[in-house]
Amino acid sequence: MVMRTFKITSFALVFALVALVPLFTMAQQSEVVRKAQVAKFALTNATIYTVTNGIIENGTIVINNGIIEAVGADVAIPADALVYDYEGREIYPGMIDSGTQLGLVEINSVAESRDYNEEGDITPQMQALTAVNPNSEAIPVTRVSGVTTVITKPSGGVFPGTAATINLFGYTPDQMYAGSKGLIINFPNSARRWRQTQEQADRARERALGVLNDTWDKAETYASIRGSEDVRYYPEMEAIADVIDGKMMVYIEVNAASDILSALEWIEDRGLEQVVFTGVSEGWRVADQIAEAGIPVITGPVLSVPNRRSDRFDVAYTNPGIMQQAGIKVALRTNDTENSRNLPYNAGFAAAHGMGREEALKAITINAAEIMGIADQLGSIEPGKRANLFVATGDPFETSTQILDVFIDGYQIPMTSLQLELYDEFLDRVPGLNKTEITVDR
Amino acid sequence: MKKLNITLLLAIGVAFSASAQTPVGDILIRNATVITITNGTLENTDVLIENGKITRVGTDLREPRGGVDEVIDASGMYVMPGIIDAHSHIAGSSINEGTSQVTSEVSMEDVVNPLDVSIYRALAGGVTSIHLMHGSANVIGGQNETMKLRYGTTNPDDLRFEGAPRTIKFALGENPTRGARARGIQPQTRMGIEAMLRNAFNDALNYKAEWDEYNTTRGNRKVAPEYDLRMETLVDILEGEILVHCHSYRADEIYMLMDVFSDFGIEKIIFQHANEAYKVAPELAEFGAYTSVFSDWWAYKLEVYYSTAYNAAILTQNGVNTSINSDSGELIRHLFHEAAKSQKYGGLNDNEALSLITINPAMQLGIEDRVGSIEEGKDGDIVIFDKHPLSVYAIPQMTFVDGVKYFDYNNDPDDQRIWVDPTSAIQDVVLYDAHDMHLCMHEADFVEMYELINGEW
Repeated sequence: MVMRTFKITSFALVFALVALVPLFTMAQQSEVVRKAQVAKFALTNATIYTVTNGIIENGTIVINNGIIEAVGADVAIPADALVYDYEGREIYPGMIDSGTQLGLVEINSVAESRDYNEEGDITPQMQALTAVNPNSEAIPVTRVSGVTTVITKPSGGVFPGTAATINLFGYTPDQMYAGSKGLIINFPNSARRWRQTQEQADRARERALGVLNDTWDKAETYASIRGSEDVRYYPEMEAIADVIDGKMMVYIEVNAASDILSALEWIEDRGLEQVVFTGVSEGWRVADQIAEAGIPVITGPVLSVPNRRSDRFDVAYTNPGIMQQAGIKVALRTNDTENSRNLPYNAGFAAAHGMGREEALKAITINAAEIMGIADQLGSIEPGKRANLFVATGDPFETSTQILDVFIDGYQIPMTSLQLELYDEFLDRVPGLNKTEITVDR
Repeated sequence: MKKLNITLLLAIGVAFSASAQTPVGDILIRNATVITITNGTLENTDVLIENGKITRVGTDLREPRGGVDEVIDASGMYVMPGIIDAHSHIAGSSINEGTSQVTSEVSMEDVVNPLDVSIYRALAGGVTSIHLMHGSANVIGGQNETMKLRYGTTNPDDLRFEGAPRTIKFALGENPTRGARARGIQPQTRMGIEAMLRNAFNDALNYKAEWDEYNTTRGNRKVAPEYDLRMETLVDILEGEILVHCHSYRADEIYMLMDVFSDFGIEKIIFQHANEAYKVAPELAEFGAYTSVFSDWWAYKLEVYYSTAYNAAILTQNGVNTSINSDSGELIRHLFHEAAKSQKYGGLNDNEALSLITINPAMQLGIEDRVGSIEEGKDGDIVIFDKHPLSVYAIPQMTFVDGVKYFDYNNDPDDQRIWVDPTSAIQDVVLYDAHDMHLCMHEADFVEMYELINGEW
């Protein structure tokens, strides 16, 4: 192989000298360590978007023991607090992505790093929380963008398992667990998947419908007799029986309009109460029926293509706003993993296309927390809630806005990630073009 | 089914081939904030398009005597050049040939599908030109087609960007080696890819030498060498007549291709995807190579794990001409937003960010004298936004190609199909995954075979 050689030119010499300047000035800088900081914090002089109690100008937030202790314009700053002056900055509750696979996969094409899809159609006992890798590189990448909390969920089959809500900081799944779980049902789907024929889709739906009803019948029986001495422990049935007994919420993934209507009938037939619809990409077609049934919705990604070629180009953008205006409680999800950081942009597109900024902000904060049943802890900046919040240079939906600081459970998160570290290393690479000359000049 | 479509298309194509002239329009846009890209941003400015060309950019322009098709009051709105996507697979009825590691004889111009509603959706995102690329299943793939999104025609030729330079797809790394692994052939490594490229170029040099000898020596009894379109195309690459757009991810393979091209005297390369280009930015700048990257895609496979969303900014700040592309029927609808991410990730200024989707991709396709900026004499390919295009709240209002309006947010009917598949379900509902829209490996059948053998993607 012929190596490519670089001619030493006067330009290269000048370049090498210029490249040395930052080298000298940065020599004393310590290495960045990803370590969180914990203290009693007072965040002052900021514009605080509480979400539930309006906007506070020149406000202060006191964080202690992981909890928001005080919020307001006239809050006394404790003498022992670590004070951050955020003049001109905006503080928001941590954003909640209501559908991801964060922690369950590192590199999607590498099977050994995928832990979201267990074999089998009926695996409701599979716990997403068990397989969360707290040290996944995607977690810091996500949280430095202000997303502090996500649903992470298994997929595949009719009953893929149980999803969990996690905060994106902690070293064990339990340290990350945010207090909400839900059983997932992939509702039998009449729509085609991409590259699937309609016949294949129809066959798959028939089969799934059989699995769903047969399993549910058995689970209802199981729920009525479990606990009696001669009933064998049956983990699949236990998981579903918890839903039947009202101890566990259920996320029903459903998208096509006709399937949404079928799902509404099904939950009525089965007498289910703690139901959340997820996906709901054609919710705009049947929004009134969903609203009437009082079912909350987790929808997204907003940045998505229409389900039908005949649809107007922007139906995925307008869907959340149409549902919200019909009276449905709407939360948003990216349905992504490594790019869950795009949640604010999904909200921004929904806002621009009919939902409005205020409702879109609720859809990634308080609505999400309410749907998951953890609004007493998350989703807004209120005294007594967990201190999940972030500091921004401006509107977090705007693409150019920078996120300056993030707090999760009262910990100040290190504002770094694999992607930021690579940026720091390679923006002004040392050595630049020519390694030898720099060595000589030294 | 697909064959039937193509046959139908061919029949339509023949029937309409007489009408080669594509439509042009006359438009006067008044009082806009005009983002020219090459000459700054002008407040309260008019843009006049006549016969499909921008003829005047200025204030208080007079309407031409013959009138125009439409005078648009764009007060409070933003006008920018039509967005150019340097990596797209929409409007292609097939993507990968892939039956051999070198298929330079095939061309995407033969598989253009003007009926794809994705074309309209791209126009609704302000896109006016795309680079319809061959897939990445083999090392030297097929030739690509640069197109203008003149949606509404049934004639594939109407979408041609007439006069655009020829380009070809190369591919390095996991995609070509994965296919070869399934079939037990070379190349299965990045070593093998380099060797294969050098072999292909050496074969082409030999081929050319045979023809040169035949053409320069006179004699009655000489037999001409065999004509080989595959080799002809490679010779054209060596002679700089075809721009190479190379699918690549890792820094080492990017460096390798510059090395090979230097040895064979090929002066231009555009690296597509190039997730690790930031690691060799000084070398790319020295070579004069261009890069066309994603805004933030990463981690979907091993070779994109060490990516950074700061890629475009690092490259720009190192003086590497860079564009942001979609490679997706979804992302293509909001490239203005993808470009804006270079402000979050690396703080590019407005003009640098918008250059990533206008003049820079135009240069990468060799069409910068025609499109990519708002200048007198350039094509009337323009998009009007209600807000600054880098704002997440911006919505394209109208999109023009050659002065003809192909998208109007407020006045277009919802259903934009120009062909309805008579065999499809009446309500054909399709659910997409974000990665379904990533089409580089589409129709690479041996990949599916590999999946079957190995049980993984």
